Amino acid sequence: MNLMMLLEMAAQGFGERVAFVNGDESLTYQQLFDAAGQAGMRLRDGACAHVAMLDVSSLALPIGLFASAWAGKPFVPINYRLASREVEGLVSRIEPAFMVTDAERIASWSSRSEVELEARQTFVDRACKGTSSAENDWPMAPDDIAVLLFTSGTTGTPKAAVLRHRHLVSYMFSAVEFGSAAEDEVALVTVPPYHIAGVISVISSVYAGRRVVQLPNFNARDWIDIARRERVTNGFLVPTMLSQIVSELEGQDSANLPLLASISYGGGKMPQPVIERAMALLPNTKFTQAYGLTETSSTICVLLPWEHRAAGASDDPAERRRLTSVGRPLPGVELQIRDEEGRALPPGHRGEIYVRGDQVSGEYVGRGSVLDAQGWFPTRDAGELDDEGYLFLEGRADDVIVRGAENMSPGEIEDVLLSHPAVLDVCVVGVPDEHWGEAVAAVVVLRPGGEATADELRDCVRNQLRSSRVPQFINFASELPYNETGKLLRRIIRANWAAN
Amino acid sequence: MSQYKPGARLRSAVCATEVVVIAAPDSSVALNCGGAPLLLEGEPVGEGLQLEASAAEGTQLGKRYTNETGDLELLCVKPGEGTLAAEGVALVQKGAKPLPSSD
Repeated sequence: MNLMMLLEMAAQGFGERVAFVNGDESLTYQQLFDAAGQAGMRLRDGACAHVAMLDVSSLALPIGLFASAWAGKPFVPINYRLASREVEGLVSRIEPAFMVTDAERIASWSSRSEVELEARQTFVDRACKGTSSAENDWPMAPDDIAVLLFTSGTTGTPKAAVLRHRHLVSYMFSAVEFGSAAEDEVALVTVPPYHIAGVISVISSVYAGRRVVQLPNFNARDWIDIARRERVTNGFLVPTMLSQIVSELEGQDSANLPLLASISYGGGKMPQPVIERAMALLPNTKFTQAYGLTETSSTICVLLPWEHRAAGASDDPAERRRLTSVGRPLPGVELQIRDEEGRALPPGHRGEIYVRGDQVSGEYVGRGSVLDAQGWFPTRDAGELDDEGYLFLEGRADDVIVRGAENMSPGEIEDVLLSHPAVLDVCVVGVPDEHWGEAVAAVVVLRPGGEATADELRDCVRNQLRSSRVPQFINFASELPYNETGKLLRRIIRANWAAN
Repeated sequence: MSQYKPGARLRSAVCATEVVVIAAPDSSVALNCGGAPLLLEGEPVGEGLQLEASAAEGTQLGKRYTNETGDLELLCVKPGEGTLAAEGVALVQKGAKPLPSSD
């Protein structure tokens, strides 16, 4: 098994279809196949052990990913937003490497690592020129490493998660039907290449036969303009992006995106008001929420369009709350909630999320596999299932606040505070407390023009939850710290609290 | 009769079909397409072989084919006219998954 076999099928089945568009440039499936062969031969013959990409989305991304598969060398996308020192630290872990990046960075590169640099445009031009005489002779070893991804490291040093060909191919088999995209389907992809969703979107679009329009640097206005101009039918977003698009559309006369048949989102907590406003603005658009991790080859749970509609239309608070659920596991994925002793918990109990399935890797370079003997992966995410198997995320397992002997999740307190009409955003953390061990602290962002006192917000929590959940401390802020893919950085809030 | 490893690529001796082994039993198994044994890459095509009329239902690109016990699974990477079979029993297409794309 090899990712190349998926591209070969696409080239075979719909070679003349446009596969990727970036600005004025594009590649058909056949052109992508030929370019992957051309670049794959070079990479295979080169001295590198890894193929890195330190860059925004461009046509070099699909070519680089599939060429690496062809050459049998791991593809390593690296976060271009990191500081030079951090980048050098990561590159030194994968030398000798071949790395595609932008011309400007090459000019200022000063690392001593063993790495051959090539500018994005040179890489694409060399892959697309000349006639491909490559034989279809990529290695078919399912255990070969396809992708190494440095996890975002919201805590500590980034870990290099290992995704083998069999994990990614298994995911495609269980989640995507080959060639299922209609010929007029166009996806607008804004997720960066160094994020698992950015890698997976390349593969699943190829396997489905869907045209991808890349938008390297997101802003809401460009996204809307391109969606209209390129006749985009599918949007893939993180919650903060959808929130910005909703705000932008609300300032316009009408949403006017009649071709936008679906929006998929994931990668962070979606505030209920944002998804409700989005569904009201785009009544004909189908919304799908996906939850997954790098270590699980992306999506493991989905909340489907009909589930969004059913929850949105319901008067029953329990059903309506499902809008904030991440849905149910994919067919190829088993999921359990476990307590601290590792025992499986019934619905309605909060614990750590464990998953198992062919797409689950749970392996890091230098640390080996963290799967248990039965193949279960501890996600370190906390969550709870309802009676019908819908999963509700409750933050990271490490985010649990322990006040006295009581464990509580920030998520349940945040949900209550977000229901207050004046509250735009909120983060709840545990802060050191002499008496209780930890005390509940909240940082609240009010809506423009919104007003609420700390006491009013405490009453709001007291009315809906046990008194132990009422925040002892409430601070107001103008915004919360997020990373660029929409992950709330709780450690920064905790650190700020400790510093003040 | 051969034992196959996941990732092995096989082609039909009598039509254009090519498949990749996704899963295979630990024991030997006789795989056919169009009535003739499937070949490993480089294996020569026997003389005088023809597509059997009783095994000509065709293979479809991108479909996965499995046996009744489910321990064998082949992915069609090139379509052709023959019917895939294991131990003389025709393989069946795996059902489609109607999930909408999430990525």
